[in-house]
Amino acid sequence: MKIQQISIFVENKPGHIAAPTRLLAQEGVDIRALYLADTQQYGILRLIVTDWKKAAETLEAHGFVVKVTEVLALMVTDRPGGLADLLGTLDGTGINIEYMYAFSDVRGDKAILIFRFNDPDATIAHLLKAGVSVVTSEELFTK
Amino acid sequence: MNTMLQTAPPDCHPASVPDYTPLPELRALQLQRLQAVVALSWKQVKLFRDRMDERGLTPEDIRSLDDIAKLPFMKKGDLRDTYPFGLFASPMKDVVRLHASSGTTGKPIVVAYTQKDVDVWTSVLVRCFAGCGLHRGDIMQIAFGYGLFTGGLGAHYGAEGLGATVVPTSGGHADRQIMLMKDFGVTAMCCTPSYFLHLIDRAAELGVDMKELSLRAGIFGAEPWTDSMRKHIEKASGIEAFDLYGLSEIIGPGVGCECQRHQGLHIFEDHFYPEIVDPETGAPLADGCEGELILTTLSKQAMPMIRYRTRDITSILPGQCECGRTLRRIDRIGRRSDDMLFIRGVNVFPSQVETALLQIEGTLPHYQIVLTRLQGLDQMEVQVEVTSQMFNDQIGALQGLHDRLQGALDRVLGIRVRVALVEAHSLERSEGKAKRIIDRRGA
Repeated sequence: MKIQQISIFVENKPGHIAAPTRLLAQEGVDIRALYLADTQQYGILRLIVTDWKKAAETLEAHGFVVKVTEVLALMVTDRPGGLADLLGTLDGTGINIEYMYAFSDVRGDKAILIFRFNDPDATIAHLLKAGVSVVTSEELFTK
Repeated sequence: MNTMLQTAPPDCHPASVPDYTPLPELRALQLQRLQAVVALSWKQVKLFRDRMDERGLTPEDIRSLDDIAKLPFMKKGDLRDTYPFGLFASPMKDVVRLHASSGTTGKPIVVAYTQKDVDVWTSVLVRCFAGCGLHRGDIMQIAFGYGLFTGGLGAHYGAEGLGATVVPTSGGHADRQIMLMKDFGVTAMCCTPSYFLHLIDRAAELGVDMKELSLRAGIFGAEPWTDSMRKHIEKASGIEAFDLYGLSEIIGPGVGCECQRHQGLHIFEDHFYPEIVDPETGAPLADGCEGELILTTLSKQAMPMIRYRTRDITSILPGQCECGRTLRRIDRIGRRSDDMLFIRGVNVFPSQVETALLQIEGTLPHYQIVLTRLQGLDQMEVQVEVTSQMFNDQIGALQGLHDRLQGALDRVLGIRVRVALVEAHSLERSEGKAKRIIDRRGA
């Protein structure tokens, strides 16, 4: 149920995000979600792509430093309080969200959010028990 | 009576026998060669003869090795001023090889060799490699640049002279270097320390564990590197790293090299006579004192250098090495006199930056120092490449790395410098030599 997210280190300079995205385009890899964590000097570009192995290999072959991280894609009802309810299920569990961002598409009344948790495996078990819909990579990449 | 062994061990390479010449014999040979090279230069090189005349000196004034201190210095500028052939002491028909510097600042430095010079060069490199414990049967990959740069061809002939199997890869193409190291069972690597660091890094990215390869020794030279860097390389790759010293003006690589004791670099002083002087005044300094290394080529024919100012800062180590060689040793060269930077009134050497960076676990020190001037004040930025070992998916962890680097640099340098994390492989490299300093203060 875990999704492989790839992260690359980029300097905060013009053109530095274009280069890796162009490489992925050439290889026919589709970027489905993207998040840029930035500081004044540099940033981390986090990507959910259709073929993470090909993406990582391509980027590494061109000298990029790539890290593969396991994240979870969770379905949230697209209504006021939808996210609050989901986060409420984590109260008192000790589960820590390291970061999160929204996935690009909305399906009906559901939105998909990407989460990086400190312990993805334990979190999956907990979320399933709490009735949260955890999206698999097959589901994620089927439009 | 000197009780130290002064005869060559029976199993040593024939080329290494002079390493063990008894001292009185070595000093007598040096004096005889010094007198000959002074006489040759006086006769053939106008610049040298003019300078001797100014001092009222003739070759006959050199009666002891100490008399060398009377002789004028030669500097890098002399090679530029006499470009291309003004310092030749042999006719061109006897010159079999020319090398030149990359000439990033105007005209290059040209150096020349007669066949005998090439033979001496080969012999000193054989002595270097043999001293590192290499021999026939070793497979040596030479990743110094081949061509006008002295590194590649110099090391190549030395490795062949040793009887090793040579893999002349020259510089660049890291992936192919790593593939050949693995597929050919290479046992020794010869390149710049910064290039080897790059290979360690790239091998990790390719999933190749250097420690599982046949590689057991690395002979690194052509740029200053610190002992911390050696430890880092040895730990990361599982090899034994040796420091090889040389400069094109003198002969190329092979002026000196560490032996397996790793207690300084033996200078092949039957061919290259070392002195240490005060870099400011030029006054000779005693053994053990740190100063600028001065070298005189005792046997070079095509282009002798007399009292050449290397600008490398080191000391001659007192006493004899436990290995039994009678050759004197110099300390590792971590810095050059012209490398010293003045940043807001404080002296900073690039080697200090390297030492500071290596204190931080996980940093492979691909770094560059960028100097700029802002409102009349010198600004120093240390750019460090973020490698896969250092990279973490969380901003907080990268900030932590940044802060640790900043802290280490503050402690070691004593001034505040800016630290910038930059993308891997983004720092400029030329001829496999790391370009450590970018000075934009004049811009």
